[in-house]
Amino acid sequence: MKDKFVTFSSTCIPLPMENVDTDQIIPARFLKATSRQGFGDNLFRDWRYDKDGNPIPSFVLNDPTYSGTILVAGKNFGSGSSREHAAWAVAGYGFKVVVSSFFADIFKNNALNNCVLPVVVSEGFLASLFASIKANPKAQVTVNLEEQTITNEATGEKESFDINPYKKNCLLQGYDDIDFLLSKKDDIVAWENKK
Amino acid sequence: MNTLFDKIWDAHVVNLIPGGPSQLYIDRHYCHEVTSPQAFAGLRERGIKVFRPEKTFCSPDHNIPTLNQDKPIQDPVSRNQVETLTKNANEFGVTLYGLGHPKNGIIHVIGPENGLTLPGYTIVCGDSHTSTHGAFGAVAFGIGTSEVEMVLASQCILQPKPKTMRINVNGKLKPFVTAKDIALYIISKMTTGGATGYFVEYAGEAIRNLSMEERMTVCNLSIEMGARGGMIAPDETTFEYVKGREFAPKGEDWDKALAYWKTLKSDDDAVFDKEINFDAADINPRITYGTNPGMGMGIEDSIPTIDQIDEAGKISFQKSLEYMGFEAGQKLEGHTIDYVFLGSCTNGRIEDFRAFANFVKGKKKADNVTAWLVPGSWGVDKQIREEGLDKILEEAGFELRQPGCSACLAMNEDKVPAGKYAVSTSNRNFEGRQGPGSRTILAGPLVAAAAAITGKITNPANV
Repeated sequence: MKDKFVTFSSTCIPLPMENVDTDQIIPARFLKATSRQGFGDNLFRDWRYDKDGNPIPSFVLNDPTYSGTILVAGKNFGSGSSREHAAWAVAGYGFKVVVSSFFADIFKNNALNNCVLPVVVSEGFLASLFASIKANPKAQVTVNLEEQTITNEATGEKESFDINPYKKNCLLQGYDDIDFLLSKKDDIVAWENKK
Repeated sequence: MNTLFDKIWDAHVVNLIPGGPSQLYIDRHYCHEVTSPQAFAGLRERGIKVFRPEKTFCSPDHNIPTLNQDKPIQDPVSRNQVETLTKNANEFGVTLYGLGHPKNGIIHVIGPENGLTLPGYTIVCGDSHTSTHGAFGAVAFGIGTSEVEMVLASQCILQPKPKTMRINVNGKLKPFVTAKDIALYIISKMTTGGATGYFVEYAGEAIRNLSMEERMTVCNLSIEMGARGGMIAPDETTFEYVKGREFAPKGEDWDKALAYWKTLKSDDDAVFDKEINFDAADINPRITYGTNPGMGMGIEDSIPTIDQIDEAGKISFQKSLEYMGFEAGQKLEGHTIDYVFLGSCTNGRIEDFRAFANFVKGKKKADNVTAWLVPGSWGVDKQIREEGLDKILEEAGFELRQPGCSACLAMNEDKVPAGKYAVSTSNRNFEGRQGPGSRTILAGPLVAAAAAITGKITNPANV
């Protein structure tokens, strides 16, 4: 049983870059752990810290102006590697939602499998959200998975987002894919025998 | 009126979850040390076994050193990850080609080499370059660790069915243009996210004329335009390659398999969600100039100017050029480079080493270049030596390292220093990919060879 996803509002951390790849989310040299813990410390490592390990003040995660559990990123977030460590890093840092106009496929699956909701919004909604956060870093966004809506509380803009009903139910109920698959063992054996 | 992709996918659906993903049966599961430990730990926590251990094959490749593999791995964290794979393989009874094993190598190189990758298969691995195996007419794609655990537990994964796209490369290639150049050309036209949500079938005369290894290079890079995977319908080239390999079917089983494999093609009236045509004659030797594989150009072209970039992409474009130390509008031909890397699951096979060796034969490596030549597997290494390519390389001032992923992602010691330029036959030019601060220029084996000889970005046609 995983955590259940509930409706919430939060301020956002903006990352208006496009094509943020998995090697930026978590560089390969930090993939050597054999557990799922601790990856949040190295989220965006090489943008966040200099080579001596000192925080780079201009990077958004080091800027006290911004906080919150929603990451807002430019299009094609999570491109590149299949490393689930990227999703573990995003979740480990404390993000519950990533908003973008477009996600790479594998990252999207990995995020969903770690109770991080990827919310795909229109280019217009995204541009407006970046503008709202710039104007007021305390601008709130509400994510309602039950209704599949996201609301920019600063402007009142509200959009629906897609998620397949199975995954939605998993997130809302805290269900696990493996429990589901294990319950289908008979079907799997039957499929094998038919071949 | 089915596509090749539909035929294989549909044949592997165990259950369709209403409104949700397909429960897809997996024929072959490859495993390496980086993305599997948490999955095996998950099985242990649940107290369950691997459901079909005979279908999983493991090889450590990402972390391993490319020198002195007979000695213990120096980095204790890397060593622990490699040892954890050994422990897991032994405990759960799956096949391991560990460090020192004659079959060890990059998982995407050893699968095909040993006949583990077959037409019509569904193949997954916790690695995005699993798309390589699509070259055989298989549905092959990368997965995350939670999904690795699903496969180990049930030989199935839950997966939404992607849309289909066909990319035709029509006509004949020009001299000095390699499979890598085809792929880099397509990716630059499609952009780094342009095929996201799609499974791609490559077709057309230029694709059909490729060898098996060249097809693997093309399919390998599918993920670099966001595609879930890439595939090529199997034909005589495929059957010829597969026949006689250790795990390939034999005797009557072969005949039966072959009859099925011959049905594996898109029907003439198959409809794809998207279809795109390219002309092979438009493709020149290619390089990348930026920090994603879509930021590429012909080797004699100039980097785009800022006004050619759309508004939302301008910040990333400028950041990218700043990182690379290049200017918008700049030509890169003749630019001095520091490192050359030949290897990886993209270009670490025997044909890549043949192409490189034939090019450098009788020439000398430039003094300013550090060259890392890393075979994709011990099988490739053996063939290099059998063909005498090692002697040619040695005479030209190159030495071979031991197999592994190496400088493609620099998880071992093979790191390009900050600020240095590397012409690499690998698959990603992301910031820091080849070491913190490293600057990667992606290219094919001939462009890499030309750079190694001249010490500069050079069109191999002009050497």
